[in-house]
Amino acid sequence: MTTRGEIFARIRAGIGRDDALDDEKARELIDRLESPKRNLVPARSDLDRTRLVDLFVSMAEEAAATVQRVSHAGAIPRAVVSYLARHNLPMRVTMAPDSSLDRIPWKLEPMLALRQGKADPADEVSLTAAFAGIAESGTLMVISGAHHPSTLNLLPDSHMVVLHENQIVGAYEDGWDLLRRAQGDGEKRLPRTVLFVTGPSRSADIEQTIQMGAHGPRRLHILLVADYVGQGRQAS
Amino acid sequence: MQSTARRFKQNAHEAMADAPLQKALGNIKHGFIQKRRKAAARLPEFEALRDQAREIKNHTLAHLDFYLERFEQKVVDNGGTVHWCRTAEDARRAILSVCRLVGAKTVTKGKTMIGEEIGINDFLAEHGITPVETDLGEYIIQLRNETPSHIIAPAIHVNKEQVAEAFRKEHTHLEPGRLLDDPPQLLAEARQEMRDKFLAADVGITGANFLIAETGSSVIVTNEGNGDLTQTLPRVHIVLASLEKVVPTLEDASTILRVLARSATGQEFSVYTTFSTGARRADDLDGPEQYHVVLLDNGRSDMIGTEFQEMLRCIRCGACLNHCPVYGAVGGHAYGWVYSGPMGAVLTPSLIGIGEAGHLPNASSFCGRCEEVCPMRIPLPKMMRHWREREFERQIRPTVARTGLRLWAFMVRRPWLYRRLTGFAVHMLASWAHGGARLQRLPMAKGWTAYREFPVPEGSTFVDQWRAHQRQILEEELA
Amino acid sequence: MADEKPNVALFATCLVDLFRPTVGFAAARLLEDAGCEVSVPHVQTCCGQPAYNNGDRKDTRRIAAKVIKAFAGYDYVVAPSGSCAAMIRRHYPELFKDDPKRAEAAQDLADRTYELVSFITDVRGRRAVVARHDGSCTYHDSCSGLRELGVREQPRTLLRSVFGLDLHELPDSDVCCGFGGTFCVKYPEISNRMVEEKVKNVQETGAEMLLAGDLGCLMNIWGKLRRDGVDIQVRHVAEVLAGMLDRPPIGEIKPKRDVPSWPPASASVQD
Repeated sequence: MTTRGEIFARIRAGIGRDDALDDEKARELIDRLESPKRNLVPARSDLDRTRLVDLFVSMAEEAAATVQRVSHAGAIPRAVVSYLARHNLPMRVTMAPDSSLDRIPWKLEPMLALRQGKADPADEVSLTAAFAGIAESGTLMVISGAHHPSTLNLLPDSHMVVLHENQIVGAYEDGWDLLRRAQGDGEKRLPRTVLFVTGPSRSADIEQTIQMGAHGPRRLHILLVADYVGQGRQAS
Repeated sequence: MQSTARRFKQNAHEAMADAPLQKALGNIKHGFIQKRRKAAARLPEFEALRDQAREIKNHTLAHLDFYLERFEQKVVDNGGTVHWCRTAEDARRAILSVCRLVGAKTVTKGKTMIGEEIGINDFLAEHGITPVETDLGEYIIQLRNETPSHIIAPAIHVNKEQVAEAFRKEHTHLEPGRLLDDPPQLLAEARQEMRDKFLAADVGITGANFLIAETGSSVIVTNEGNGDLTQTLPRVHIVLASLEKVVPTLEDASTILRVLARSATGQEFSVYTTFSTGARRADDLDGPEQYHVVLLDNGRSDMIGTEFQEMLRCIRCGACLNHCPVYGAVGGHAYGWVYSGPMGAVLTPSLIGIGEAGHLPNASSFCGRCEEVCPMRIPLPKMMRHWREREFERQIRPTVARTGLRLWAFMVRRPWLYRRLTGFAVHMLASWAHGGARLQRLPMAKGWTAYREFPVPEGSTFVDQWRAHQRQILEEELA
Repeated sequence: MADEKPNVALFATCLVDLFRPTVGFAAARLLEDAGCEVSVPHVQTCCGQPAYNNGDRKDTRRIAAKVIKAFAGYDYVVAPSGSCAAMIRRHYPELFKDDPKRAEAAQDLADRTYELVSFITDVRGRRAVVARHDGSCTYHDSCSGLRELGVREQPRTLLRSVFGLDLHELPDSDVCCGFGGTFCVKYPEISNRMVEEKVKNVQETGAEMLLAGDLGCLMNIWGKLRRDGVDIQVRHVAEVLAGMLDRPPIGEIKPKRDVPSWPPASASVQD
């Protein structure tokens, strides 16, 4: 017997079933996988849009992210530059090759040097979009792909993220629904990574004292845009 | 890893004399415990979520074969490989062969308890491959050549001076003048040192908090981001997980995640929760080229259908350790193997045998605080008792203790005999005390009187006094 | 409302029977004051926990069978111990789960069995007692009562009704004192560390008296306090609630002159 076969035989012996499931039961379980049902979702994020956005902001800030609300995408370049200046960071940003970020009028800030691509170990600041914001815990839902190299979320010391208010949903389950809808009937598998980010990197491994920036970014800055009216792949 | 569980008492004795350890353990009370309490109180649905989390795992374990098959199918569909491993040796070999296939020289590692369980670091090192722990706590104990003393805070027993000492010894490039006095300086040093290692590694090994049958994904939860770097930068990502980690859907994982971080650190959500599905896609700019899942049994399939099955719900949050007064007194190393605290007291005998780990389920006052906080509602004391029963049945315990217990039980079942003997005991204790109210030494209760005074009974037994009292009332009524 | 008095069997528990009969008398008084008819079945011994917690399931079942028989026919069985009451309420039914006939009897006993203080409040509906104590007390939550039976507010409610009593909350009152039955002699060094912590917390309250609902914990904490030379009185909560403070606290009594001779004259068993 193969190792695999042996393991399955032991599991089934423990369960008290000789063989695989009968068809009816298997059908039931396959349905459970193919049309996943929600379990209990906390009522915390069951709010109207304004309060949902407020909840996202307060939870993100509680997790030590900083949130800057801007009225429209045209205000982003200014906000980026002033953030970099405030933290004494170089005017060099590595940006995700994301069409929604391309549409931002970067030429308004000629001093800002943008490079698109994956992160280089020497990069100090990255700028990416997010797939969604999860209000219940102030979490960014970030997916990898051609438009979003994972390294941008992790290697630079400062990570800036553009999120539009109408991308904010209540619960993780809402995020999964959005993703399944965005994938449509074509791609059945998830992106290589779906990353939920709640605040900047930290560690309490030395004397149970929390310190920011253990391996990932020391700073997580969210640029929250109020008037998103594009046709991105995100929330409608 | 070599177990020292047999010398638990000696380990505990040494641990209680270890000042830095004792200080660290004292901090848990105001750290993890308070934070968990606040986080739980803040979420009105917390208790209901615990119930659902338990049901999700119960359902999964009842159909584990089905969900594992589905998980495997999805991994394969996504271009990954699943390696089925019965034993720790199987898993070590599977990992080594993947490493050799790509000519790996260094391997970075995210925190994995299964890695500790199979002793992967030593094994790789023996075969010429350098393993580098990337979780800060794991890195510290790797430098110190130790094992983790806590599931989620592996270096909880180490103080900052000891960390500085380890860095000075191992980071040979360090200038002597470099300040390593406080945690931020230490963190900066570790971060800098680690960056090059991340970039140089050929293979990244992570554990998994969950495996998702619906999508064939593995999930890791970290606060540092080390796990993500480990699985993103090298050419190969190996997920090392035990088979009970599987859950059906993304929704199911989300439910359990809501109780995981709150129970572990009291956070609303950990900083990085990553669902990884397969290797780099055609148009991805980064990510590993290969995705392997090393799926380990190592005794777990034997727990299914037994009184220990419920232990397979454990999500390794560490809440039972934090709340255990025994763990709080002796720390993790005293338990002598990978897993410590109440969850270790139940799991370790399943994995290395009750003969070896017999002390662990016995060293509990059954206070029940572990079960009270377990997010998966695992009845830990009940299962420790089951281990004691197995020990008793197999006559592993010392004959004197067994015989004493049987004699006592014989007497308890015979009230007339019991009355006589307790009456005698009252008499003896009183006479030993020479009219005093307490005893400082009592030969048959040395464990007690080594640290505590022993009270002398008030007089005759209650039942005897009550009867005398009733008789007196009766006589007064008649008179 | 029916004025019929429930017939309550007092299960003194082996520790009270042997070491501190005062607790038994206090319990009886509390039950009588709460309108119960109290009996003390003479065939009672121990609930079986030492066997149960040391893995001797067979003997535990035998002992449990005896206990079930001893307490048949009473409306309620009440023990001045969360630990022993929980043994009967929570664990007896489980002991016989593969023996339907006995399981039924075990469940029946479990349903009738209560820890003393919660019985007074939850079943007899008393929110206050008539007692007085001019002094400060602190209260330790014994593990089984707290976690297996939900005894937490009940003793505090009743203690607050004691005239003159000043109740100081004990820091970490819900953390085990290290007694744990045979645990304290099997792992004495660890048990000692736990009771050291408890004693530290007790002293921190500044209270003159420590109370709890289980004699095992009380003997353990008392033993440590005395060994350390700390002069804090220790009593079972029932003694204060029943106003039986005329008797000396735990471990302060010199055995009376009436220490029974051997064999004790009163030890003939009739029922």
